[in-house]
Amino acid sequence: MKEITVLSGKGGAGKTSITAALVSLSERAVFCDSDVDAADLHLILKPEVKESYRFDSGYKAIIDSVKCIDCNICKEECRFDAIHTDKGFYEVNPFQCEGCRLCERLCPAEAIVSVKNENNFWYVSNTRFGPLVHARMGPGEENSGKLVTVVRRKAREIARSLNYDFILNDGPPGIGCAAISSLTGTSGVLMVIEPSMSGLHDAKRLLDLINSFNIKSYAIINKHDISNKLTDEIVQFLKNNNIPLLGKIPFDTMFTQAMIEGKSIVELYPEAKSSKVLKKIWDYILVN
Amino acid sequence: MLKKIAIASGKGGTGKTTVSVNLYYFIHKYWTDKVQLLDCDVEEPNDLIFFPEAREKSFNVVNQQVPKIDNSKCTYCRDCVEYCEFNAIVVIPTVKFAEVNASLCHSCGACLHACKHGAMLEYDHKIGEIKKFDLGIGLGLIQGELEIGSSMQTMLIKDVIKEYNPETEIVLMDAPPGTSCPVVTTSADADFILLVTEPTPFGLHDLQLTIELMREIHKPFAVIINKDGIGDGSMEKYLEAEDIEIIGRIAFSKEYAANYATGKILNNLDETQDSFYRNLVMNLKEKLN
Repeated sequence: MKEITVLSGKGGAGKTSITAALVSLSERAVFCDSDVDAADLHLILKPEVKESYRFDSGYKAIIDSVKCIDCNICKEECRFDAIHTDKGFYEVNPFQCEGCRLCERLCPAEAIVSVKNENNFWYVSNTRFGPLVHARMGPGEENSGKLVTVVRRKAREIARSLNYDFILNDGPPGIGCAAISSLTGTSGVLMVIEPSMSGLHDAKRLLDLINSFNIKSYAIINKHDISNKLTDEIVQFLKNNNIPLLGKIPFDTMFTQAMIEGKSIVELYPEAKSSKVLKKIWDYILVN
Repeated sequence: MLKKIAIASGKGGTGKTTVSVNLYYFIHKYWTDKVQLLDCDVEEPNDLIFFPEAREKSFNVVNQQVPKIDNSKCTYCRDCVEYCEFNAIVVIPTVKFAEVNASLCHSCGACLHACKHGAMLEYDHKIGEIKKFDLGIGLGLIQGELEIGSSMQTMLIKDVIKEYNPETEIVLMDAPPGTSCPVVTTSADADFILLVTEPTPFGLHDLQLTIELMREIHKPFAVIINKDGIGDGSMEKYLEAEDIEIIGRIAFSKEYAANYATGKILNNLDETQDSFYRNLVMNLKEKLN
């Protein structure tokens, strides 16, 4: 089975628009939105939700101020500075609490309880192109990396059960926990690089991450005509690192137009230059 | 009086860095020279690119404390495993195996309290660096840079936002994309949040998530529409229906995108930009005073 994750380091490079285009070119594939934090792929794929699950992202502590004896042990021992006393009593800022439950265990007055987060969901859906596994995180939630692992695991399970041999993941920006979870154990990473100094800087950090996991990578330069200078630099960077450049896509308002119509560029404008480049890219990925 | 402004977006690539870098320059020009920029997008810090004259003043390594099990003292009682909420510890008594998986560890310290045999020790594990730069104007840039392979971006951001110069009057915090814990950490301390968005369906969807977050953490905010003119009218409709303030609009320009690409947003300032940011600075000054 082949599993490819689309990543960029920098946000806004075009990961989701390009993933959507590849999705609409694919056959017998399972799709997965690994950008659980600000997921957008569903806006194009318009999934019909078949199964819905609650994701257990851990606990948050709550202090019962009636039972609290103001001993300060919880505040002293909390390494996340999540316990505050500015209101005259001890309370937990839920957004800072990591859910380690240390305060609960140490509280001599048994004034602290931990409650489960119930704000995160993930779904198995049907789309016009095939099955999609995606998620919706509650705002400000933690453990997006763990949620990515959950959706990817389900996508693999579905692919196996349907006997499909391809999984396409839309990845998150950055190179932190969510990005790491979206690429470990995949067969390859498709890097989408925007020709700007930021785009190149971020792609370099991304490539270091990919290489640290010994994963194969290929690249696309998106909006290449924004800067010929930076496009040349990126081409050189890819050459120096033996990364195949699968294609260059021009800056194209058709991507935005397709997004507004809820379609991929390939669906809406099959004859557009960008669509043709994307078709070639997809054919390459299928056999390499 | 110290005021902190965070620049956030939800969706990536909407222009957080552009707005942050420009605001730094124009706050210095029209408000106070005691301004400092904190690049909190530690996974992919880019602010520095736009200050070619920057000089590094200092740097320090940020570590997380990761526990290690001393096998000579461990009794394989598994109390640490019970305490660890992150499944980072594996103990198999029958084969006398006990180990901490550093990449799952959140450094909460619970296992140290669990262990009654003094077998849990902590050591430093690098998660990133904090660098300070002199920019010629203002009080400079502080940049967090996550170590490649580390998942501890939130911990590093917590350190970055503590580093500002005590003389600073305005702290600008360039947030990472998304709506999860790193963004909350960056915004938690802010007096005001600028949300930079683009008027596309993806931009709108992610902005809605971010606004939901801002309301949950009770932060005042306003929206800057960048790349104004692309997309459809759904952004305007939403903001109007929700009665959300649009504090600025930046028209889409391919030429500007090209300047951004080559790192030259502060070298090509024209009158339109100057007056746009002067208004924005005056507006923020009024809001924050």
